[in-house]
Amino acid sequence: MSTVDDSQHIMRQIAARVSIPFIQLFGLYVIAHGEAGPGGGFQGGVILGASVILYILAFGIDDGAKRIHQWKSDVLNSVGLLVFAGIGLLCLIQGGNYLQYNALIAGNPKLASHLGIIGIEFGIGVTVAAIMITLFFETARRDVK
Amino acid sequence: MIAHFPILVIVVLLVAAAIVPLVGRINRTASWLTACAGCLASFLMAVSILSTVLDSGRISYWLGNWAPPFGIEYAYDPLNAFVLVLVSFVAFMVAVYARDSLEKELDPHRITPFYAVYMLFVAGLMGMVATADLFNLYVFLEITSIAGYVLIAVGRKRESLMASFTYLVMGTIAATFVLLGIGYLYMVTGTLNMADLARLLPDLYHSKVVLTAFAFFTVGLTIKIALFPLHNWLPNAYAFAPSVTSTIMAATATKVGAYALIRVMFTVFQPEFEITVVHVTQVLLFLATIAILAGSILAVAQTDIKKMLAYSSIGQIGYIVLGVALMNHLGMIGSIMHILNHALMKGGLFLVVGAIVYRHGFTHIQDFVGLGRKMPFTMAAFTIGALSMIGVPLTVGFVSKWYLALASLDAGMWYFVPVLLISSLITAVYFWRVIDNIYFKKTEKEEPATGIQEAPIGMLVPTFVLALLCIVFGIFASFPISVAEQAATLLLMR
Repeated sequence: MSTVDDSQHIMRQIAARVSIPFIQLFGLYVIAHGEAGPGGGFQGGVILGASVILYILAFGIDDGAKRIHQWKSDVLNSVGLLVFAGIGLLCLIQGGNYLQYNALIAGNPKLASHLGIIGIEFGIGVTVAAIMITLFFETARRDVK
Repeated sequence: MIAHFPILVIVVLLVAAAIVPLVGRINRTASWLTACAGCLASFLMAVSILSTVLDSGRISYWLGNWAPPFGIEYAYDPLNAFVLVLVSFVAFMVAVYARDSLEKELDPHRITPFYAVYMLFVAGLMGMVATADLFNLYVFLEITSIAGYVLIAVGRKRESLMASFTYLVMGTIAATFVLLGIGYLYMVTGTLNMADLARLLPDLYHSKVVLTAFAFFTVGLTIKIALFPLHNWLPNAYAFAPSVTSTIMAATATKVGAYALIRVMFTVFQPEFEITVVHVTQVLLFLATIAILAGSILAVAQTDIKKMLAYSSIGQIGYIVLGVALMNHLGMIGSIMHILNHALMKGGLFLVVGAIVYRHGFTHIQDFVGLGRKMPFTMAAFTIGALSMIGVPLTVGFVSKWYLALASLDAGMWYFVPVLLISSLITAVYFWRVIDNIYFKKTEKEEPATGIQEAPIGMLVPTFVLALLCIVFGIFASFPISVAEQAATLLLMR
C-alpha cells in the first residue's frame, strides 16, 4: 500500500463512500422489482455483494473485515436459503403444495403471492450477496498470507 | 403430510445443507448429526414413497400446484422410487461413516463445509431421480456436479485438485451437451415435461432437430456415467478424493447418471425410436462390451486399490449399459438390479478402503500383507464385496449377471455370455490378488505383533451393513427383482 500516495487513497475512499449507498439502494430495488419484472434475487444479490466488495477494495481487507466479519456472511449464506425453504414449508403448513404462494394467506391469494415471491427473492438476494462476500474473503485472504 | 413427501424428500436435504454450517459453529459433531439426520429423514420418506408407489401406482406432485406440463412435476414410478431409496440409503450409510473418516483425512476447518456440500450433492442426486421435468433434471445435474468437484478437490493430496479440474472440464462438457439436448427438444415441442414430451415426440422422430437432441443427450450422459471411451475423468477423481467422496460418487453418482440415461431413452423417447430410427443400441452394445472388458483388464494393471476399484467401476457401468441396450425385459431387470448391487458392493468396498486408510494410511495393494489378521472384520466385508463383484452365487452380483446372461440369450446375442464370463474371470483375478495379499502372503520383515487394529465402530457398522446387504439381496432377491420387473414393464411396454 505504501506505493500509493495518500491523495489517491482518499479519492478512492471518498468515491466508494459516495457510491456505496446508491449501489445498495439499487440492489434492493432490483430484488424488490423481481416480483413484477426483470431483476430479482440473483441480480440484486450480486449488486448488494458488489457494494460490500467495493468497500473492502477501497478501505483494505482489515477495515472491511471490521465492518462485516466473515462469520456474518458465512451465517447469511445459510439464512437466505433457509428463508427460501421456510417460505416453501410455510405454504405446506397453510395447506398448499410446496412453494404454492397463493395459499400463504387464507382468503387473499393475490397478496399472498406478492408476499411469497418478494420473500423468496429476498432470501435468494441475501444468500447470493453473502456468498459473493464469502468468496471474496476466501480468495483475498489467501493472497495476504 | 405424507402427501408432501415427494417434495420433502429433497427439501429436507437442502434444509440440512443450510443448517450444517450454522450448527458447525457449535462443533463438528453437531454438523455431523445434522447431516445424518437429514439423510435418515430423506431415506425414511423415500421408503414411504416406494411403498405408496408399489401399492397404488404413479405419484405425481405439482410444485406450487402448477399443473404440468406448465409447472414442474415430480413423478414417481417403481423405477425412480427404487433408485431414490437406494441413493438415500447409501447416502445415510456414508454420512454415518463419514465422521471418523473425515477427521483423519481432511483439515479440521474443512470438515463442516464438507458436510454441507455433501448434503447438496445428495440433494442434487435425489432431485435428478425425482423430477419429471427435463430442465429441472439439468439443474439438479449441475448441483450434484458442482458439489462433486468440491468434494473431490477438498482432498489433501495435490493430485486432488488436478483430478477435480479434469472432472470439471468433462462434467461441464457433459452438462452442456445435456442442456443443448433439452434446448433442441424444447425448440420443436415447446415443452419440458417428460410425459408431455413422450406424447409429442413420436410425430417428430425423423426431424433432424430431434435426432441432434438425442445425440447430445446420449453423449452428455455417457460422459456422466463414464462409459468406456469417455471414462478418462473417473479413475483419478475416485483415487485422489477423500474416501467418503469416492464412496458416495462410486455408489450413487454414476448410478443416477445411468438412471437418467434410461429415463431419456425409454420415457422421453420411446423404445421404438432407438430401435427403428437411430439404431443407437448397436453402438451402445459395442461400447458396453468394450467397457466391460477394458475396465476389467485395466483394473488388473493397477497397483493402487482405489484406482483398481475405479477401473472396475468402469467395467460395471458397461454391465448396466449392456442390459439397457439389449432392449428387452430381462436386460432391463438386469440393469436395474445391477444399479442396486453395484451401489451396495462398490460402496462397501470403498468403505473398506476408507477404513484401511483410517488405520494404516496406505492404498497400495502390496502393503496389504497381513491385514487379514490386523483387521479381520473389515477384511471379511471386503471379501464379501469381492465375491459379489465376481458374481458368486448367493451374492447379489450373481443375480444381475444371471439376468444379463439370460437377456443376451433372449435377444439372440449369445456372444455376450462369454463376455460376461471372461470379465467375471478377470474380476476374480484382480480381486484374488488383493485377497491373496490380505490373507495368505507372509510378511517379509518381522513386524512387532500388534494384534487387532480394527476400524472404529462408527466405520465398521456402515461397511458391514452394505456388505451384508450384498448377501441378503443375493439370497432374498425376490423383492428388488419384483420392483425391477414392474419398472421394466413400465419402460418397455407402452
